[in-house]
Amino acid sequence: MKQLKYLLQKEFLQIRRDKTIFKMIIALPVIQLLILPWAATFEQHNISLGVVNNDRGTYSRRLIEKVVSSGYFKLTGYFTSYEQALKAIETDEADLLLEIPGHFEDNFVRQQQTDVMLSVNAVNGQKAGLGASYLGQIIADFNRDVILQQGIQLDLVNLINVMPYFKYNTEMNYRNFMVPGILVMLLTLIGLVLSSMNIVKEKEIGTIEQINVTPVSKFTFILAKLIPFIIIGLVLLTIGLFIARLVYGIFPVGNILLIYLFALFYLSAFLGAGLVISTYSNTQQQAMFVAVFFMIIFLLLSGLFTPVSSMPEWAQTITIFNPIRYFVEVIRLIFMKGSRLMDILPQLGAIIGFALFFNTWAIMNYKKTS
Amino acid sequence: MATSISINNISKKYDDTPALNSISFDINQGELFGLIGPDGAGKTSLFRILTTLLLADGGQASVAGLDVVKQYREIRNIVGYMPGKFSLYQDLSVQENLDFFANVFHTSMEENYDLIRDIYVQIEPFKNRRAGKLSGGMKQKLALCCALIHRPQVLFLDEPTTGVDPVSRKEFWEMLKRLKKENITILVSTPYMDEATLCDRIALIQSGKILSIATPDEITGKYPQKLFAVRSENNYQLLKQLRNDPQVSSAYIFGEYLHVTFKNDVPVIEAEEISPTVEDCFIQLMEMS
Repeated sequence: MKQLKYLLQKEFLQIRRDKTIFKMIIALPVIQLLILPWAATFEQHNISLGVVNNDRGTYSRRLIEKVVSSGYFKLTGYFTSYEQALKAIETDEADLLLEIPGHFEDNFVRQQQTDVMLSVNAVNGQKAGLGASYLGQIIADFNRDVILQQGIQLDLVNLINVMPYFKYNTEMNYRNFMVPGILVMLLTLIGLVLSSMNIVKEKEIGTIEQINVTPVSKFTFILAKLIPFIIIGLVLLTIGLFIARLVYGIFPVGNILLIYLFALFYLSAFLGAGLVISTYSNTQQQAMFVAVFFMIIFLLLSGLFTPVSSMPEWAQTITIFNPIRYFVEVIRLIFMKGSRLMDILPQLGAIIGFALFFNTWAIMNYKKTS
Repeated sequence: MATSISINNISKKYDDTPALNSISFDINQGELFGLIGPDGAGKTSLFRILTTLLLADGGQASVAGLDVVKQYREIRNIVGYMPGKFSLYQDLSVQENLDFFANVFHTSMEENYDLIRDIYVQIEPFKNRRAGKLSGGMKQKLALCCALIHRPQVLFLDEPTTGVDPVSRKEFWEMLKRLKKENITILVSTPYMDEATLCDRIALIQSGKILSIATPDEITGKYPQKLFAVRSENNYQLLKQLRNDPQVSSAYIFGEYLHVTFKNDVPVIEAEEISPTVEDCFIQLMEMS
């Protein structure tokens, strides 16, 4: 026990001495939380729109006005022909083309039926999909307005107005679920990257040789490596929660201690994984590369940026073995839904399983005699 | 005299390259024992086996009567090890390193201060400096202090003087002589033949095999031929000619002289006969094997 104390003293001293790492530990949560939630948005604004208006009647003008005033689109210009407009897409001036046919108004009023054409530049799939669906909605809206205005009796079916109610995030503010997700990213970074480099550093410099001829046991040595990063991780979580509250006004609806409890096991799991990597690597470079590789895969498969349910089935199967997935789920549940301990027991069980698995592996693999 | 380190048919292979080939010898309690051999001879492998860092493929070894495999935990409490590469915490200060290593051995610097005092006073002016910022000689003294801080019964020094200036080397060996008086067994390895004469006994090791074990005087005394030192304006030219001469048994460059032996007792008119150094013996033994 006394040995552990001295080892911990040494670890903290070393972390303090490494100026770059120490500054990064402080700066990381602040920078990540101040920048990412604004940039990692799922809403799409400023879609460049090119218009080919072959009609020039009042209806077509009203439609264009409605589209532009929605705020999602930025009108790049009017084109006289579709061919001309396509050039604008080729030169990246327009993301989306709206072509209104001649006799648009005539057909609309007389035959109560008309077509418009959308052409979408799908190089950026997300932008294309969202742009097309926004525009589709606006046109449907416009359609209904015109019908109501003219007092034309239609089947009631066409008049059903869908008004979604977003439970747990009534304003559908994406920051409400991105900010907790970014907190998870932060803990993952600390856990995996810093810890994986730690034992390797001792290997690289050769200090592990000196430690290995002392009576310090494997278990004590690894414990002394884990504890500082758990403490740092929890401190960072606290800083992150403050920023979430002060900058974004987001505060967990559920019990904040539950987040800490989960974070504790989550950090243990990732620190264990980091230690496993470091026992297999011989240089800090190797460890860093492996850790970053796994982190990117795990993050993309975590449901942080794209929902797990939208992934193909095989990818969903992979996410079962991804610890990040569970914390992203749980932190959002606690933040927005106010889930209780009983609700997150399966995820908690999974993460404790990961923690046990990785740490056992790390201890088994960190051999004092080779 | 009691045996402190006992090595019995120790073998070690890395993949298919043999590093140690069935080595056996004993080291006595309180002896200053030198393991002399070139780089790659197997010195470090033997050190790592004796300090419980490496498992041998075959054979047994014991340190202070403790088996290096079965009783590795006990051994770690009573040996001091100074690896060839400086392996203290470079980002900790001199004092922090000393305190740390004292603490993990459940002791303190004050407790064994008398043992390290002579060495410590030399690094004391720099006690708040980071270990990484010390000069080579200072690093080596700090490493020795850290290896001694828990008053080990056996001290393993793996090439402690490699890369250290001649003055520091000399000082270092004087420190070892003083430690010998504390009845600490010291096993030291070195590639420098001149340091061999400072040991009580030496083992010459080459390609994982022991060539000879004896006191330095015995080893040089066993040199089988008369040895001459010759010199010319162009030593390299002379060396080539000597080696081509059927009468010459061996010729090697030693500094500014050539050391030469002859097959038969050639009547030498004027050449200085010299007594062989350990290095001469090493080369001769190497040629034989």
